[in-house]
Amino acid sequence: MSLSTTIYNTFFKRNSIYVASVFTAAFAFGIGFDSGVTTFWDTWNKGKQWKDIRHKYVQDEE
Amino acid sequence: MLSRLPSGALKQASSAARLTRASAVSSSRSASVRFASSSSSTSSNAFESFMNSRLTLASATLFTAGTVAWYAHLYGTLPFLGEAHASHHSDEGLHPVAYPWSHNGFFDSFDHASIRRGYQVYREVCAACHSLDRIAWRNLVGVSHTADEARVMAEEVEYPDGPNDDGEMFQRPGKLADYMPAPYPNDEAARAGNAGALPPDLSLIVKARHGGADYIFSLLTGYIDPPAGVEIREGMNYNPFFPGGALSMARVLFDGLVEYDDGTPATTSQMAKDVVTFLNWAAEPEHDERKKTGIKAVILFSTLFVLSIYAKRFKWGPIKNRKIQYNPPADKSGH
Ligand code: HEC
Repeated sequence: MSLSTTIYNTFFKRNSIYVASVFTAAFAFGIGFDSGVTTFWDTWNKGKQWKDIRHKYVQDEE
Repeated sequence: MLSRLPSGALKQASSAARLTRASAVSSSRSASVRFASSSSSTSSNAFESFMNSRLTLASATLFTAGTVAWYAHLYGTLPFLGEAHASHHSDEGLHPVAYPWSHNGFFDSFDHASIRRGYQVYREVCAACHSLDRIAWRNLVGVSHTADEARVMAEEVEYPDGPNDDGEMFQRPGKLADYMPAPYPNDEAARAGNAGALPPDLSLIVKARHGGADYIFSLLTGYIDPPAGVEIREGMNYNPFFPGGALSMARVLFDGLVEYDDGTPATTSQMAKDVVTFLNWAAEPEHDERKKTGIKAVILFSTLFVLSIYAKRFKWGPIKNRKIQYNPPADKSGH
């Protein structure tokens, strides 16, 4: 069975599976993309953001 | 009349088609022949046709217009034309230097330690004259101060509230939701306290001035004695960056005026940089989130753009690459 057939049979054959995988993929991509950009942003702005200096000012961490 | 037109047009078209077909084979050769003949003519002929060509006229016009536009852009005036000004250039104020702010770049967030120091400068210096209407204590939380710090600072200020059950207004300590207290009860009091000049609210000042942060930094650090020949009114202060040169605000920042709790030396320029960063945040509190969202948007939209180009080419490929063949009806007129 070729790869495209396998992909077709797993994802596209049944609409319920197709829709479910679209939703799951969108959800997973959203989280992954977000955390990727956030990692870049935090590296680029290291030491400048509030979360980098917050520890100097919090009194009692519960 | 109308019914005859199509048949005549058709006849014309069919004969034209035959003609095109006949000449199509030789068309490329004939073009090259024409080109060769024109380039092999005498040089004066070539010069004449060059001078008379529309392309020459168009490019010369374009070049002239472009040069004038470039000059006007570079020097602000048209070349060879004198100008008379009713005002002096100093009326517009000196252009501020473009400073390398730590939040300048596409990917750069605000420097929040600087915002915190800048708030201290605002509170200890500028707040004596300038209000900051649009910033509430809660806005500082998670930006430059912890919730506890902001709450303590708010409680130091008394706010009018009420009416209570007896219909009386009363004073109460501030809450996080309260806005920054103004130094004067109203604009008239502010003017009266500052020799007639109203200290503007600083919430949006960075957006409200040409040059933005660069201008305000230059203004705060740019006070000098008026140059020879420049007279300013009593009580005014000379600053070349201020349009007109004289303003009511005196120089307010001097080395060592505040004491930073993170140990940064409080030089004039350091304090100016910090307070301007703070005011820049006050004017654009959404700044960090906006840039971060911008990165995401640019990545996503450029990916979608590339995909759309691919889809377009994919769909149009067969249509653009197809060959249309025309088989003319058999010629029955005989040879
Ligand atoms: C003694 C009172 C006083 C203090 C303190 C003060 N200012 Fe001012 N400020 C003024 C007055 C008055 C004006 C209006 C000047 C005018 O229009 O002639 C002004 C104007 C300004 C302007 C507007 C300039 C323009 O282009 O119109 C800015 C920006 C400014 N102040 C920033 C600051 C900052 C930042 C601080 C703190 C470091 C500060 N000021 C401290 C009184 C003060």
